[in-house]
Amino acid sequence: MTVRWRMFLAGGALLVLGAALLTRLVDNEYFFFAAYVVLQFVVLASAWNILGGFAGYVNFGSAAFFAAGAYTAVALLKAFDAPLPVLLLAAMLVTATMGLLVGALTLRLRGIFFSIATVAIAVICETVVVNWAYVGGARGTSVLQPAPAELFQTYTRLLFVLMALLAVLAAGVARYVQVSWIGRGLRAIRDDEQAAESLGVPTLRLKLFAATVSGGLMGLAGAPFALYMGFIEPSSVFSLNYAVSALAMPIIGGTASWVGPVLGAVLLASVQQVVTVTVSSELNVLIVGVLLVMFVVAAPQGLLGLIARLRAGRAPAKPAAGERHV
Amino acid sequence: MSPDLLLEALVAGVLLGAFYAAVSVGLSLAFGLLEVPHIAHPAFLVLGAYGAWLLGQYAIDPLLAGVLLAPLFFVFGLAIYRFYHLVFERRGSDTGLRGLAFFFGVAFIIEVGLILAFGVDQRMAEAPYIGESLALGEMRLPLRMLVAFGVALLLTLGLSLYLSRSFPGRAIRAVAQDQVALALMGADPVRVKQWAFGIATATCAVAGALLIIVGPVEPGQGRLYIGRTFCVAVLAGLGSMPGTLAAGLILGVAESVVLTSLGASWAPAVAFGILLLVLAVRPTGLFGR
Repeated sequence: MTVRWRMFLAGGALLVLGAALLTRLVDNEYFFFAAYVVLQFVVLASAWNILGGFAGYVNFGSAAFFAAGAYTAVALLKAFDAPLPVLLLAAMLVTATMGLLVGALTLRLRGIFFSIATVAIAVICETVVVNWAYVGGARGTSVLQPAPAELFQTYTRLLFVLMALLAVLAAGVARYVQVSWIGRGLRAIRDDEQAAESLGVPTLRLKLFAATVSGGLMGLAGAPFALYMGFIEPSSVFSLNYAVSALAMPIIGGTASWVGPVLGAVLLASVQQVVTVTVSSELNVLIVGVLLVMFVVAAPQGLLGLIARLRAGRAPAKPAAGERHV
Repeated sequence: MSPDLLLEALVAGVLLGAFYAAVSVGLSLAFGLLEVPHIAHPAFLVLGAYGAWLLGQYAIDPLLAGVLLAPLFFVFGLAIYRFYHLVFERRGSDTGLRGLAFFFGVAFIIEVGLILAFGVDQRMAEAPYIGESLALGEMRLPLRMLVAFGVALLLTLGLSLYLSRSFPGRAIRAVAQDQVALALMGADPVRVKQWAFGIATATCAVAGALLIIVGPVEPGQGRLYIGRTFCVAVLAGLGSMPGTLAAGLILGVAESVVLTSLGASWAPAVAFGILLLVLAVRPTGLFGR
């Protein structure tokens, strides 16, 4: 294990311990309610970036994976009153399988066609759930939070620590993919899939792997949702907000490294939480949209790119070398 | 399903299908011919519908409002394309991810902007032909669908003629075929594409008016139409106008049959189902190049 990995793991362990400590120190329940959402977006953004940022396959259907995770958990809760670890595992298996299928789509679909297909999957999943009476159909269903374990005062606090753990896990997986040969292969696919293929990069296997891992992590992010809210309905979990945020946060943070999505998610989701409380929830989604367009247009490397440029001390926004002039 | 019911579903499907063709012609142009990843097209439609609704407050007929708004949309389209070209196409690398994210963001901003301005309530238009229907034996044909059908036919046929007969229209098809060759003939491909994108956006004003004639409109409606419009544009074979009409009719009939046999809640999945099928089996579409 390299030194940097040891540092990452130590940092992650400290973070989870810190989160556990906070549940003892902070009294305000709303803090955990809000922090849970921020951490959930760290997981979603990191997961999206594995396929979208590293491999360049833009997934517009993140909400479908999130919702599939959430509804898998709900169905298991209704049927067997299954314990939390089982819910997480099952949700991950279901959405990883979905991810594998989406990965298979990349066989024939590139670019916008792939993205449209992911929108299609989201709408089809939503239609199925709306027509699925067992989990409440369009009206939704409520879920009772179990009594918290000894260690935690409330169940929301337990879920908050769990989500901190998942966030560290997602960032760790993203980091592993990025620094290993898998990441190099995915970057080769993003830059030129045909060239990569012809140089012997196992493109299909890599894409299937990235899509499966990305899907599984998104399902993990969604699995505790119903327990956290106490209620679930299709329109809230299939909300466009998840699809947009999962894509906007990595792009705003910077898609080149695992740090970007984490940075983007922490900043953006925190701002969103503050704006939702102080102004309105419509305005906070508008902020995400406007920031997304601004970054895509003016700072394609995201915050990480801006930081790198500041460090290098060069003036920003010079066109890259070799640009075609018209 | 009884034959009567089936016949009714078929007729309703044909009317609906022409309407779907009308809302998709703009996308056939922008995405099919120009290859712009125009995922904001449905949002433009909803914007057009709200424009028609807004003018309707001054007792202007929605169709007339659509025609009045078309020049404004045309200019808006010119500006959007110019911007897209400057920022993404010219820089070359990585247009895929960023272009998509850009239009996705634009669509999202339009949707949320409409919510902030007008709220999430459904809006309806008023016109003498909305709410009336034509009795044809046992069958009742809603007049609004007939109006939409007529306008849709005019729009697709008009565009089809424009692209095949007029000089600028043929320039648009030329730029889709071979940009470099067009440039060698002394035409500026960027200006031709800008013009075409303007027209594509202008059709959103008229098609948006149809949207609010056919049914109530709300800001989030664009998302449903991502599936329908892309289904039609891809099934059409990218850029073909007669193909767009045919594909629209196929989708309309399929949706209408599913609606009568399975129920309304399954209808939204039809477009996406067909889309996935076409992408998997015949990505070039019916009339593909």
